[in-house]
Amino acid sequence: MAKLTIPAEEGVCPGNLGCPGCGANLVMRYLLKALGNDVILSVPACCWAVIPGYYPNSSLKVATIFSAFEATGASISGLRAAFDVRGKKDVTIVGFAGDGGTADIGLQALSGAAERGTDAIYVMYDNEAYMNTGVQRSSSTPEGAWTTTTPGGKKQLWKRGEKKNMMEIMVAHHIPYAASVSVGFPEDFVRKLQAAKREKGLRFIHAFSPCPPGWRHDPSKTVEIAKLAVETHIFPLFEVRHGKYILTKKGAGLPVEEYLRRQGRFSHLTAEEVKAIQKKVEVNWELLNRTASVMTDELY
Amino acid sequence: MLRLTARGKEARGAPVVLGTSKPVKTGSWRILKPIFDQERCSGCLTCWKFCPDVAIEIKEERPRVNYDFCKGCGICANECPKKCIKMVRQELE
Amino acid sequence: MRKVMTGDHAAAYAARLSRVQVVPAYPITPQTAIVEKLSSFVANGELSARMIDVESEHTAMAACISAATAGARTFTATSSQGLALMHEMLFWASGSRLPIVMAEVSRALAPPWSIWADHLDVIAERDTGWIQLFCESNQEVLDSIIMLYRLCEMQRVLLPAMVIMDAFILSHTLEPVQIPGQHRVDEFLPPYAPGTLLEPGSPSLFGSVAKPDEYMEFRYGMDVAMREAARLLPEVEEEYRRKLGRSYGGLLENYRCDDADVVLIANGSVVSTARQVVDQMRAEGKKVGLGKLRTLRPFPSAEVNGLIGGKAAVGVLDRSYSFGSGGALFSEIRGAAYGRSGSPRIKDYVAGIGGRDVTPEVLRGIYEDLLSGRGGESDVAWVDLAGGPLIRNAEGGG
Repeated sequence: MAKLTIPAEEGVCPGNLGCPGCGANLVMRYLLKALGNDVILSVPACCWAVIPGYYPNSSLKVATIFSAFEATGASISGLRAAFDVRGKKDVTIVGFAGDGGTADIGLQALSGAAERGTDAIYVMYDNEAYMNTGVQRSSSTPEGAWTTTTPGGKKQLWKRGEKKNMMEIMVAHHIPYAASVSVGFPEDFVRKLQAAKREKGLRFIHAFSPCPPGWRHDPSKTVEIAKLAVETHIFPLFEVRHGKYILTKKGAGLPVEEYLRRQGRFSHLTAEEVKAIQKKVEVNWELLNRTASVMTDELY
Repeated sequence: MLRLTARGKEARGAPVVLGTSKPVKTGSWRILKPIFDQERCSGCLTCWKFCPDVAIEIKEERPRVNYDFCKGCGICANECPKKCIKMVRQELE
Repeated sequence: MRKVMTGDHAAAYAARLSRVQVVPAYPITPQTAIVEKLSSFVANGELSARMIDVESEHTAMAACISAATAGARTFTATSSQGLALMHEMLFWASGSRLPIVMAEVSRALAPPWSIWADHLDVIAERDTGWIQLFCESNQEVLDSIIMLYRLCEMQRVLLPAMVIMDAFILSHTLEPVQIPGQHRVDEFLPPYAPGTLLEPGSPSLFGSVAKPDEYMEFRYGMDVAMREAARLLPEVEEEYRRKLGRSYGGLLENYRCDDADVVLIANGSVVSTARQVVDQMRAEGKKVGLGKLRTLRPFPSAEVNGLIGGKAAVGVLDRSYSFGSGGALFSEIRGAAYGRSGSPRIKDYVAGIGGRDVTPEVLRGIYEDLLSGRGGESDVAWVDLAGGPLIRNAEGGG
């Protein structure tokens, strides 16, 4: 048999309520493969509060607490304190929230948890909009994208402004480990989560999570699109270990058009707008490369 | 402790038993159904790796779809390196 | 050991004696000394708890909830704007059936900006499913926190509770407080032992979605628990009295009401002033009485009716107001009394808003108003407003 490149054990069961082709389903699946099922999961209001199913069922095999939407950072802080005081410092606590619950309404609580050095892993699964409530824009929605609250229309009101850079925000909190992962690269995903597990303090994972109904793409293309995001340099894969930037995948440098044309949320973009996006992506990629290259072992 | 029942269930403001989504047969959602050409399958298990629903199990080193749960998303067919999975129209059962 | 201390410090000592384990808290005047004192206890090794210096009150309550779910005895404290900010999470705490105890320093809400005593912040949280208990003295603050951990952690209760003290009047005023020995508190309050616990590898998911077929029963269970709390609080107090020497008269204390012609029902720190006024007026031959409302939730309907039945007039002192409706205590007391035989005339006296002093003169004025039967057609009077009579009867009734 082919040797399995990721752990075999599952932390989730079939029979969940995720959409066909759900990227967030893959995020959770790889997360639990990497960390094992002995973790404590804290999940706010988001797709993943519904995906396990309604009371009394759950597709998760892992001890879980659901919290209010903005409270993941708070919830993991309380969990860590409780387990510490009960003498169980080795329990892995995982906060698992969407881009809304992390970069928008949840940002304050996450910032507080990170600033206090809370010993937990925080995973933001980024499907680039408030998907659970019906595809409304978030600060993580890419510039120019269609959402229900940036529907274009006669006034061309698509999402304005670039995607909020959560990796930079979290690195600015002096956390020991931050990494971007994509469901297109499960081996890299698992490796990084296992690296995160070995650290102490607040570890942040930015997980790229395509969404067929929200991004208007064919459900069969979820993994393909997740790979293209990396290959076009739109979503670079890198780690920041104690402030040191490490690129983990070079990516083929494919034109952004390969990524954009597969998604209905970008179908209105003109050639000019695609060119502008290409330029921005190239600049950001160059900056990331330069940052990483300065970080020699001598410096650190 | 006070026990209340709502149509036979205990109501106490929490716990749910984990790993109990089996009653939810999401296979009924399918519009397309993956059909595997077992001759061409090399057993690489890429399909297993990329299934969002854990609907592909590993049985004797080969992938086997659990059609009770497969939602027919087609990721397996799209990612298969041997192109041995076809998505066909699901007939009403 | 007897020490002179503020209400804030009394709350901190109570939390320490209760061996709280996790304290997520955010400072707000006039609660800050509670958090500071607890921090210094922890820093000096006098309390082995984890303080979490959270970045907002909303986070404080959210962290209490997860910590309590994971098996820790949790405590926090807040006031006014902070309590209002926690509002969403108060529902979450009670719906999760967690025995969190919180010291709430009752303070006015902005705008205008005020740091002084007022009950609107607490009144606004009546429907959150929390037990609400008002204190008259710093001693009562200390004793009540310990008692409520005992009550709330009972399987038949499992609801959170707020112990309420008036801003500055109790929080920052020095009073003699008897601090019980740790071993005596330990005899009264065993360690927190929740039935179901969030543990790695344990088959539990907390807070999942419940459809219309299931949700209502969860809520009914909370009402049952609140009624159990009403029943059990006097028993818990009796146990506290036996083991630690003090009790406070249950849900509603009757002070010289039995043969009174008129009775005033009040809560919080004004009660201690009112006791003195009652004694003075009694010495003058006026038959007045005082009902001290300790718990707003659970609301002691039966006890209220027992107290006011057959009286000529009943006044209710509200340190808050629900605009367009009436004071909260007034509405609830009148509602409880409706249709009961011997229901007396009930009148609302809105006083002390925003920290305005409720002096013995003001209380005497209220009692005189009740005794005289003046302004009987008005249900509500605002007391001691500038530039008018002491008792200003509102037009149109409450």
